Amino acid sequence: MSEPVALKLTAKDFKSDQEVRWCPGCGDYAILAAVQQFMPELNIPRENTVFVSGIGCSSRFPYYMNTYGMHSIHGRAPAIATGLSVSRPDLSVWVVTGDGDALSIGGNHLIHALRRNVNLKILLFNNRIYGLTKGQYSPTSEVGKITKSTPVGSADAPFNPLSLALGAEATFVGRTIDSDRKHLQSVLRAAAEHSGSAFVEIYQNCNIFNDGAFEQLKEPGTRDDYLIRLEHGQPITFGKDGQFCVVHPPGGFGLEVRETASTPAEEIVVHDATVDDPAYAFALSRLPGFDLRNTPIGVFRSVRRPSYDSVVQGQLADARATVTESPEQQLAGLLGSGDTWTIVG
Amino acid sequence: MSKQIRQLERVVIRFAGDSGDGMQLTGDRFTSETAQLGNDISTLPNFPAEIRAPAGTLPGVSSFQVHFADYDILTPGDAPNVLVAMNPAALKANLADLPRGADIIVNTDEFTRRNLAKVGYASSPLDDDTLAGYAVHPVALTSMTIGALTELDVSKKDAERAKNMFALGLLSWMYSRPYESTLRFLERKFAKRPELVAANVAAFKAGWNFGETTEDFAVRYEVKPAKMPPGTYRNITGNAALSLGIVAAGVRSGLPVFLGAYPITPASDILHELSKHKRFGVTTMQAEDEIAAIGAALGASYGGALGVTTTSGPGVALKGETISLAVALELPLVIVDVQRAGPSTGMPTKTEQADLNMALFGRHGEAPVAVIAPKSPSDCFHAALEAARIALTYRTPVILLSDNYVANGSEPWLLPEVDSLPDLRVEFATAPNSEDGTTFLPYLRDPQTLARPWAVPGTPGLEHRIGGLEKADKTGDISYDPANHDYMVRTRAARIETIPVPDVEVEDPDGDARVLVLGWGSTYGPIGAACRALRQRGLPVAQAHLRHLAPMPANLGAVLRSYDRVVIPEMNLGQLAHVIRGRYLVDAIGYNQVRGLPFTAAELETMLEEVLKNV
Repeated sequence: MSEPVALKLTAKDFKSDQEVRWCPGCGDYAILAAVQQFMPELNIPRENTVFVSGIGCSSRFPYYMNTYGMHSIHGRAPAIATGLSVSRPDLSVWVVTGDGDALSIGGNHLIHALRRNVNLKILLFNNRIYGLTKGQYSPTSEVGKITKSTPVGSADAPFNPLSLALGAEATFVGRTIDSDRKHLQSVLRAAAEHSGSAFVEIYQNCNIFNDGAFEQLKEPGTRDDYLIRLEHGQPITFGKDGQFCVVHPPGGFGLEVRETASTPAEEIVVHDATVDDPAYAFALSRLPGFDLRNTPIGVFRSVRRPSYDSVVQGQLADARATVTESPEQQLAGLLGSGDTWTIVG
Repeated sequence: MSKQIRQLERVVIRFAGDSGDGMQLTGDRFTSETAQLGNDISTLPNFPAEIRAPAGTLPGVSSFQVHFADYDILTPGDAPNVLVAMNPAALKANLADLPRGADIIVNTDEFTRRNLAKVGYASSPLDDDTLAGYAVHPVALTSMTIGALTELDVSKKDAERAKNMFALGLLSWMYSRPYESTLRFLERKFAKRPELVAANVAAFKAGWNFGETTEDFAVRYEVKPAKMPPGTYRNITGNAALSLGIVAAGVRSGLPVFLGAYPITPASDILHELSKHKRFGVTTMQAEDEIAAIGAALGASYGGALGVTTTSGPGVALKGETISLAVALELPLVIVDVQRAGPSTGMPTKTEQADLNMALFGRHGEAPVAVIAPKSPSDCFHAALEAARIALTYRTPVILLSDNYVANGSEPWLLPEVDSLPDLRVEFATAPNSEDGTTFLPYLRDPQTLARPWAVPGTPGLEHRIGGLEKADKTGDISYDPANHDYMVRTRAARIETIPVPDVEVEDPDGDARVLVLGWGSTYGPIGAACRALRQRGLPVAQAHLRHLAPMPANLGAVLRSYDRVVIPEMNLGQLAHVIRGRYLVDAIGYNQVRGLPFTAAELETMLEEVLKNV
């Protein structure tokens, strides 16, 4: 194989001619800009990149990318993208979805795409609210959320998207934040390099209906003490001065946060995204509460498993390996298979 | 003792037994032997939804009816001339369908007090006058089968299970069927267990020899080959033919086929069949639900495959939103609905034609699609090709309305030459199409077909976005412009309405009929048989059959208006009649039946005779 030609694409090449119509101040702008700036890095021709979305604010995303794109129907993007990806392994297929689209109406498709390990890069913009329908609580809203549809507070418990994805056998799970472009692009990079489903939750601010939902993770005064920046192969410590760390207490199932100063260095968990047992990444996903303290970001899990696409393509290739006849000859043989009889005129 | 041989023109046999008795297999084999002989054939299986209902009960009865004749026939027959009843339940469940004088072959071994009680027989119908007027042949099928296999190394259970082959052997003898293909079949089926090959072959031969030696069967019958057009034939069910039609559409279009499907009776067999044809580039995906199944198919179509999804009525209801999306995206998609009795779960193994309204109108917004219905099992092959042709040429979803009756029924199929099948090759867009040649307009239409260009991802320079939001004419950009929406709605309607479909043909041999019977889908056979019977009695009646339900043939209005009376028999409460009345202002009469069973030719004949009297 020859060396891939450098396409020399720029962010501008990925901007479509459509006027971007999110609310001013929406976190989606930052994500769009970050993705457009990141795409040239992949050196994939624009025509081989497809963005498929469902319904919701985030799902307008494909209109603004100068690639192939489909704005489909509510919740179904993973299913539609699965058909495209499986039948066109030459394409780089991205799914853009939101917390309502992916976890409520489309929950079934999301978990099945993940367990199949379809070669999709799934970006879930989580703002913990329904924006396009003007402010109802979502499946990631905190219990007791007061919204138009829950005037005395929501009664149902939310999903933890990463826990859900891990339970659905996801091979790649990561989290990042709309406002941290550098980090966002680093997670996208890892996701793009992953073969199979890559699930990325992006905390995204809806400044109209749920403003400041992730403020503590963004404010310079709090973010360092709240955020756990996962680095593969590094001990998990965080806080402005690295004063906190993550340990696996003996006898327990999960992970806990301790003071670094009083913890022997060898007890601090060294982050390894390639651990096969999803229990580790699951424990990481359970660290934060709804006050956002101890929120890990980065790549939680990245393990190898054959993608659904490659298995399906492999079966097709095996079936065709021994075929020597033309399709028409094969068809004539198939039509005339089984018990036949001939009537002579 | 040499037996008398009597010639018959036609025979209808029904094999009935417990769902574990292998009646479908027995019927299939008898059909295959009959096909080898060159008779025309039509078959109808009838089985419970339960995989194994409690043994010996009425809900557990499974049957297979085969009609064969020395002339071309159109239906599996209204009433059996012969019933093979493997137990009391099979007798009780089927007796009402038998005309007086019919032959009944009963497995007396199963007529125990316990089995009789299970179906509410106080005394054995073999001993009282329940069966007076029938020619009853009591045969100790089970014990004779076991007796015939004593020398063989098989368990008693396996020996007993071979009793269906004893029955098949007996019937094969009675109707002088060639049995070589059955022996070959048994060798293939039990290739890994030679002792079962021996047992089943021995049981078959025992049944055959029993017929030859017992005095109870004094007559042997022959049915001469039918005069059929020359060529090579095979017997085929509707679901198998439909599957092959989809494979053929892939070959003739040169496109990979992608089937997204979720298991559902009675459509699952299409998924099973297509999953075997990977060497043709057919991908099958068993999706997580009906919605994902059509979603994946649509995604594949977007990528340049022939996307297909197969289901039954409840599945179509779930797919509605995605069909609307496909209407808006203007991409090819074939949706197969093998109709079953509804509403809701209804009667999943019984037939009905009650999804026509859903196919024509069952979506939000103005969302027209093309609709095609096969008229017989073998027609499913051609209907599938036609559905693919329309989908690919006009970039539209097409609903193929099969039903349980054609899907599971079978008939001889004259194999087509591959070269004679329609050429379905398509042209993908490869270059900008604006007047100045600089930009790509994804909704700039072909003036002839009104189809938009199919620009698949991977094509440089044609990057574009499509979606469910209303699109501006030509550019495909999001548009809320009132005039544009009105134009797009009308254009999508015109795109379907102007698809050229063949004129409807009228069968009226003498040209003097004043009553027209209009049917669609699987009623073709019974309507045709009823019309023939009436004509043979000197009563003129015309038959027309709709294969294309949307758009309808251009000449249909004129045809309907040229008769004094139009009668529309349907296995629903008048869905086509409603459309015809609304569209053509013709005072059509409906004849409707929703019993989960196909029409009998006799009931249609009686009904039409009444209509003829009053014209």
